[in-house]
Amino acid sequence: MAGVAIRDVHKSFGPVKVIQGISMDIADGEFVVMVGPSGCGKSTLLRMVAGLESITSGEIAIGERVVNELEPKDRDIAMVFQNYALYPHMSVYQNMAYGLRIQGRPKAEIEKRVQRAAEILELDKLLKRRPRELSGGQRQRVAMGRAIVREPKVFLFDEPLSNLDAKLRVQMRSELQALHQRLKTTTLYVTHDQVEAMTLAHRMMVMNAGRAEQIGAPLEVYQKPATTFVAAFIGSPPMNLIPGRIAQGGKVLAHDGEISVRLPEPRPALEGRDVLLGVRPEHFETCAQSEALLSPDIDFLELLGSDSLVYGHLGADKQGMRVAARLHISILAKEGRLPLRFSAEHVHLFDPESTRRIED
Amino acid sequence: MIERRPLLDFVSHAVLIGGALIIAFPLYVAFIASTQTLEQVMQMPMSLLPGDQLVQNYTQVLTAGSTKGSKAAVADMLVNSMIMALVIPVGKITISILSSFAIVYFRFPLRNFFFWMIFVTLMLPVEVRIIPTYEVMSDLGLLNTYAGLTLPLIASATATFLFRQFFMTIPDELAEAARIDGAGPMRFFWDVVLPLSKTTMAALFVIQFIYGWNQYLWPLLITSEEEMYTVVIGIKRMIVGGDAANEWQLIMATAILAMLPPAVVVLLMQKWFVKGLVETEK
Ligand SMILES: Nc1ncnc2c1ncn2[C@@H]1O[C@H](COP(=O)(O)OP(=O)(O)OP(=O)(O)O)[C@@H](O)[C@H]1O
Ligand SMILES: [Mg+2]
Repeated sequence: MAGVAIRDVHKSFGPVKVIQGISMDIADGEFVVMVGPSGCGKSTLLRMVAGLESITSGEIAIGERVVNELEPKDRDIAMVFQNYALYPHMSVYQNMAYGLRIQGRPKAEIEKRVQRAAEILELDKLLKRRPRELSGGQRQRVAMGRAIVREPKVFLFDEPLSNLDAKLRVQMRSELQALHQRLKTTTLYVTHDQVEAMTLAHRMMVMNAGRAEQIGAPLEVYQKPATTFVAAFIGSPPMNLIPGRIAQGGKVLAHDGEISVRLPEPRPALEGRDVLLGVRPEHFETCAQSEALLSPDIDFLELLGSDSLVYGHLGADKQGMRVAARLHISILAKEGRLPLRFSAEHVHLFDPESTRRIED
Repeated sequence: MIERRPLLDFVSHAVLIGGALIIAFPLYVAFIASTQTLEQVMQMPMSLLPGDQLVQNYTQVLTAGSTKGSKAAVADMLVNSMIMALVIPVGKITISILSSFAIVYFRFPLRNFFFWMIFVTLMLPVEVRIIPTYEVMSDLGLLNTYAGLTLPLIASATATFLFRQFFMTIPDELAEAARIDGAGPMRFFWDVVLPLSKTTMAALFVIQFIYGWNQYLWPLLITSEEEMYTVVIGIKRMIVGGDAANEWQLIMATAILAMLPPAVVVLLMQKWFVKGLVETEK
């Protein structure tokens, strides 16, 4: 077992800079999820760790060994692809055994290792089948089996669940978690699904345009997003970001002073500064008009049963500042103004220039 | 067709049966002629009932050819044709699968240039380059040899192109998975690409077997000795002059013999052949 060190890694495809300096130390046994929008370079970074893409500059080490120049097979990793990439003409058993056969392991050992992996993944009854005779979830499991039998130091997953339907995805997610608890192998996991990231990760890296916007534990990323990008990316609907400024006495005046909140503690150093006021939709609550901090005009509702999502705008202009709220009530007017309040503890402040969080 | 329309059924069956008869009738006449004596064949009109010379005619051509035209035994020609029709597809498939593997899976300088060069030769069938090719073969002393008979027909842009198209449909991840599993390029070729290409290979084999078997112009040029004749050439050499001078019963027997192996190959490989044209195991 081993950790992974990514040190100032860059990647360019010709003139296109895809990864622009990412560093991260991944501890032995850690489960790290890389999450970000499509095209931000998640797969590229993972493939550099796998050895499928060359590293333009920087260094990747697995355990103590710098692996920049090593072939994938010498890196002691195993990878699970989004489309599974099972060998179509081989049985499940042969698919799982192939890597070991190439290593020239004795037959008995291969048999034992494949059997063990098959038991862990409940594939024992399917060993003779071809991939095309399996369901999506079963194929996914075979792909994981192929990774497990290699007993690698690091697992690499590239959106392994994105081809599955919603229900199966939830099930496979918990199986993955159980598997990691059992094997405790260092894992790098790529997804664009924030729920997957939040539930699986020990630590997550939120990526944007080839950079790591934030690296941290899921709760930390949720509670203290480092940039407005992270704030908007993690959480659904995204965090409301309303331009404002900090007035005297620790008050934030937002949306031209229409919204006025007193910060939990005064911040004299920040007085007079322009900020973005961030409030998560789930931190709004309905209240009487007299207590309201803001009263958006309702544009439309989404009733989810347990919650209701309310989308509206502030001010008279329909194209104006949009706000979204997640409320725990289901009886709501379909239009008109909705008085809302939020607690000052749930306020996030960002610098509108750098988009970075203003530390509290 | 899901609809039930008796008239349409009737018409389509009539067309199909009519077509089949039009194709089958000459074959039938050829077979009947090969069972009759020369006199019977020359009668006007020729009888459409089998004669009693079947064994005799076929024994004659198989062992001693015709009596007036070429006297080479057709059995030897069949062997020659078989060698040619087997070497060509095997050679073609071997060479083109390797070259398309190189073109699809390796990055080397001028890769596209080489592909286009191969592609351009598609426009040059054997007949167009037959004189220079003959020159080369004769300079190499390969006239009247199996090598001379087969080598120039083995290079194939069509097959290379077909394999290239097929390889490009194999997901890249498969090659990457094999790389992670530790398979080198040739191991990947042998363990993954080749098994996946089985049906394509089978389809190509059938097409190229018939192509090789039916070669006429090239063997006609390159063989001048009787023991190198292919059966198609043999038929030609049995025809010596005007209608009356030919032993049509023997020529027809040879023609029937020449038709059999391709038919057998098609029948035996039918399942694979159709599979290779319409589906792939992916
Ligand atoms: N071989 C390549 N040549 C040129 N550009 C490439 C190549 N591979 C990827 N890119 C570019 O690099 C960027 C990052 O690609 P990457 O596949 O890493 O994105 P991703 O974050 O995995 O996205 P997704 O969530 O859609 O899978 C994209 O803009 C893509 O167009
Ligand atoms: Mg990707």
